[in-house]
Amino acid sequence: MKVLSFIPELCVGCHVCEEVCSETWFKVVDPARSRIRIIEKDGSMSALYCVQAGDCIAVCPVNALSRNKQGIVLLKKKECVGCLSCVGFCPYGAMFFHPDETTPFKCVACGKCAEACPAGALEIVEVETPSAPGVQA
Amino acid sequence: MSDRNILTEFTYERPTVERGYAGQTLYVDVSDRRVAARPVTAMMKEKFVGGRGFDLWLLWNGVRDTTRWNDPENEIVISTGPCGGTTQYPGSGKSIAVTISPLTGIPIDSNVGGHFGPYLKFAGWDAIEVQGKAEKDVIIYIDGQAGRVTIEEAPADAPTDTHLLGPWLMARYAQSEEDRELTSIVSAGTGAEHALMGCLNFSLYDRRRRALRYKQAGRGGIGTVLRDKKVKAIVVRSPGVSGDANHPADLGRLQATGAEMHREVRTFDDKQNRMRRRGTPYLVQIMDDYDLLPVHNFKFGSHPDTPKINGDVWEARMTQGLPDGCWYGCTVSCAHAVDGFELKTGPYKGEKVIVDGPEYETVAGVGSNCGIFDPDAILEINFYCDTYGIDTISFGTAMAFAMECYEAGILDKDKTGGIDLSFGSAAGALEVLHQMSRGEGFGLIFGLGIRRMQDYFIEHFGADPGFVRDIGMQAKGLEYSEYLTKESLAQQGGYGLTNKGPQHDEAWLIFMDMVNNELPTFEDKAEALHYFPMWRTWFGLCGFCKLPWNDVVDPKNKLTPEPQKIMHHVENYRQIFMGVTGLEITYDDMITMSERVYNFQRVFNIRLGHGLRADDAVPYRSVGPVTVEEYESRAARYDSQLREWLGLDPTTMTVEEKMAAHRKYRQERYEKLIDAVYKRRGWTENGVPTLEKLRALGMDLPEVVAVVEKHL
Repeated sequence: MKVLSFIPELCVGCHVCEEVCSETWFKVVDPARSRIRIIEKDGSMSALYCVQAGDCIAVCPVNALSRNKQGIVLLKKKECVGCLSCVGFCPYGAMFFHPDETTPFKCVACGKCAEACPAGALEIVEVETPSAPGVQA
Repeated sequence: MSDRNILTEFTYERPTVERGYAGQTLYVDVSDRRVAARPVTAMMKEKFVGGRGFDLWLLWNGVRDTTRWNDPENEIVISTGPCGGTTQYPGSGKSIAVTISPLTGIPIDSNVGGHFGPYLKFAGWDAIEVQGKAEKDVIIYIDGQAGRVTIEEAPADAPTDTHLLGPWLMARYAQSEEDRELTSIVSAGTGAEHALMGCLNFSLYDRRRRALRYKQAGRGGIGTVLRDKKVKAIVVRSPGVSGDANHPADLGRLQATGAEMHREVRTFDDKQNRMRRRGTPYLVQIMDDYDLLPVHNFKFGSHPDTPKINGDVWEARMTQGLPDGCWYGCTVSCAHAVDGFELKTGPYKGEKVIVDGPEYETVAGVGSNCGIFDPDAILEINFYCDTYGIDTISFGTAMAFAMECYEAGILDKDKTGGIDLSFGSAAGALEVLHQMSRGEGFGLIFGLGIRRMQDYFIEHFGADPGFVRDIGMQAKGLEYSEYLTKESLAQQGGYGLTNKGPQHDEAWLIFMDMVNNELPTFEDKAEALHYFPMWRTWFGLCGFCKLPWNDVVDPKNKLTPEPQKIMHHVENYRQIFMGVTGLEITYDDMITMSERVYNFQRVFNIRLGHGLRADDAVPYRSVGPVTVEEYESRAARYDSQLREWLGLDPTTMTVEEKMAAHRKYRQERYEKLIDAVYKRRGWTENGVPTLEKLRALGMDLPEVVAVVEKHL
C-alpha cells in the first residue's frame, strides 16, 4: 500500500505541506485545517499524519471509517456524526478537527504535500504494513 | 402500512433546534386523541433547564393534588435536556422519564440511554407528555421527517414484549436501513401490564449488529403507567443526526472538550475499571471485596461464589471490540451485550437472543442478593425482565425479600403455588417472573412490590409486622438498589434522603464515608449529602450520563484539593453546557440549577401528601443487623463497635442485648444525620423547604409557596 512518509532530517519547518493540504481539501490556506501537522521541538522536527493503521475503524459507532482496496482509511462524511471518537483513539494523533467542520479529517495519502515539499522531506512510499518513520505515537 | 388505523393526525412545521432547544414540547392525550404543541418559555429554561426539570414542571401542571398513578391525568413525560444529542462528549444522549409512580405515589425520575430523547428533540420536541388512557392499545408515532404526529390503533397481532415488538414496529415504520438508524422506540412488555414495577425500554439501532438494542428506564414503574394508558409504544423518526444537530453556540468548544475526554478514556480505562470491556459489572468483585455486595437480601456483603459472577466472567461472555455506546460518541462504551444467548425457559425457550447487559445492578440484584451465582440464570432473568418490561432492580430486591420470607417460614409452597423460593432458586425466580408476564399466581402478589407485599404478608399470612418491615428493603415504596449501607451512615442518608426513593443516582458516598473516612462529622456528611445529590441532579437536567464523570479519571485528579468532585470533569461539563447553550455559567451556578429542580421535586412530593420527615425513614436492614445470624456473621466488628462507640463490654451481654444497643445507637444516629442534612439543604426539621430557601433560589412560584405554607 502507498502511504505518506516523513524524513525528519530533511524537514526545514517551512509548513508548505500544511498550506498545500488545506488548500487542496478545504480550498483555504489554513494550517488548522491541514491533515498533516509539522511540529518543531528542541530543534528536531516531527510530523503528525495518518499512517493508515486503521485503529480508528473499530471505534467508529456508525461505520463511517473503512479501508479502501488500496489500503487507505477513508471517512464517509455523510455517515459521520462528528463524535470524534476516532480523534481521541488515534494512537498517532493524526485525526484532526476544526470548529467550522462538523466531521473530522485525516490524510488519505494523496501526495500533494509531497509534491510541494521544497526539502524533499515528504514522499509517498510503498509499505507492506502501515507504519512510518517520524510519526509520534 | 395499509393497515394503519390512524385515529388522530397532527401536522407541524419542524423547528430548527437552536442552542440545544427545539423550543416546544409535544402534548398527547390518548383519551381524547388530542395532540398539541406547547411553547418552551424563557421561565422554563431559566428555572428548569430541561430533562428532569422540564418533566417535573410539565407533570406538575398536568396533575392534581390527589392524582394517583392510574388516574387518567397522570402523565409520562420524557425529555433529554439541552445537551442531549451532543455527539462529541461521552454519555450525552440520555433521556429522563418521569411519572407519578405506582410504587411510591410520588414523582419518579429515571435516567436512560438509547436514542429516543435526542431523536425526539431533533424531530422538533424538547419533551413529550402523554396523558389520558386509550380505550384500545395505541401507538404514538412522531415522524420528524414528515412533521406529523399520529395516534394509531395497534393491530390485534402487534406483540407486546419488547424484543418482538421492536422488530415488528421497525418493519412497519422503518423499511430502509437509514430509517432504522433514525428510529427509536419506547415500549414496555406484558409484565408491566400485571406488575407495578414495570420499566420502559428505550431502543437504539445498533449499526454494527444491525439489530435493535434496549436500555431501560427501570425505576418506579413507568412501564406500568405506559401499559395502564394502553400505549403500546412511542415511536420517533428523527430527520437526521450529526455533530451539530443541536446547533450549538460554539462547536469548537464541544470538539476540543470531547476529543480530550475520548483520549482520557483511551489512556486510562484499560488500567482502571475496564468499562469498555466489562461495563458496570466491574463493580461486582470490588463490592464483594469491601463487604458491600448485597447477598441474601442485604444480610451479608460478600460471598465465596462471587467470582462466578464477577467482571471477569462478564468480560468473557460479552461480545468484545464493538463501540457499545448507548448514544453516539460514548467511548466509555458500557452498553455491552451477550449475543446469541439461548433461552432455556418461558415462552421464548429455544430462541437465541441478544441480552442487553447485564449491568452491575442486575448482577447484584437478581444474582448475589438472591443467592443466585449462575451467570446463565442471571442472563435469563435479565432478558425476560427487559422484554416483559420489568425493572431488574425492583425485581431483584423484591425477590431477595420474598426469598428471606420463604426461608423464615412466612411463605411456603402453599402460598407460592408450589414455587420454591429458597435463596439460590433461579428456577423459582424465573417462574415468578413468567407468572408476572401471564398475570397469574404468586407473580401477581410479587409484582406489587415490597411495600404492598409487606402489608399482604402481615394481613393474609400472619407475618410479624416488625420483622417484615425491618427486612423489606424499600423506602417510600421503592425497592433499594444494590449496595450494602450498614457501615456507611452517609450512604444510609444517600438512599433515605432522596426525592424519589432509594436509588444510588443521587449520592454514592460509601467509599468517601466508610473506606476513606473523609466524612467524620455529621456536618461533613450533610455537606456531601447536599453537594453530590445536587451535582448528580445536574446530569439529568442537561441530558448527560453520570458514568463518564467518575468511572474513568486521569490519575492527576488525586492531586487536586477535592478529588471526589473530579473538578476537571466538572469543568468539561461546564464547557459542554456553555458550548451548546451559549450561556456562561460558574460551578456554583451548576449547583443552583439543580437545587431549583431538586427543591421543586421535594415540594411536589409534599403536594401529593408525602415528602416529609416521616417519608425519609429507612428499613433497619439498611442500618444495622436485624437477625442474630446477621450479627454473628460480623460479630467481631459489631462487638468492637459496642466498645468503641458506646463503651460497653460485649462479653457481659447477650446477643439480643447487643443487637438492641446497636439498634438504639444506629437509629438515633440516622435521626441526627437527618437534622444535619435538612439544615444544610435549607429545610425545616420536618423536611420542608423554607420560604427563604425557595426565594433565594428564585423558586418562590405562587403554586409552590401555596404548598409549602401549609407545612411551615
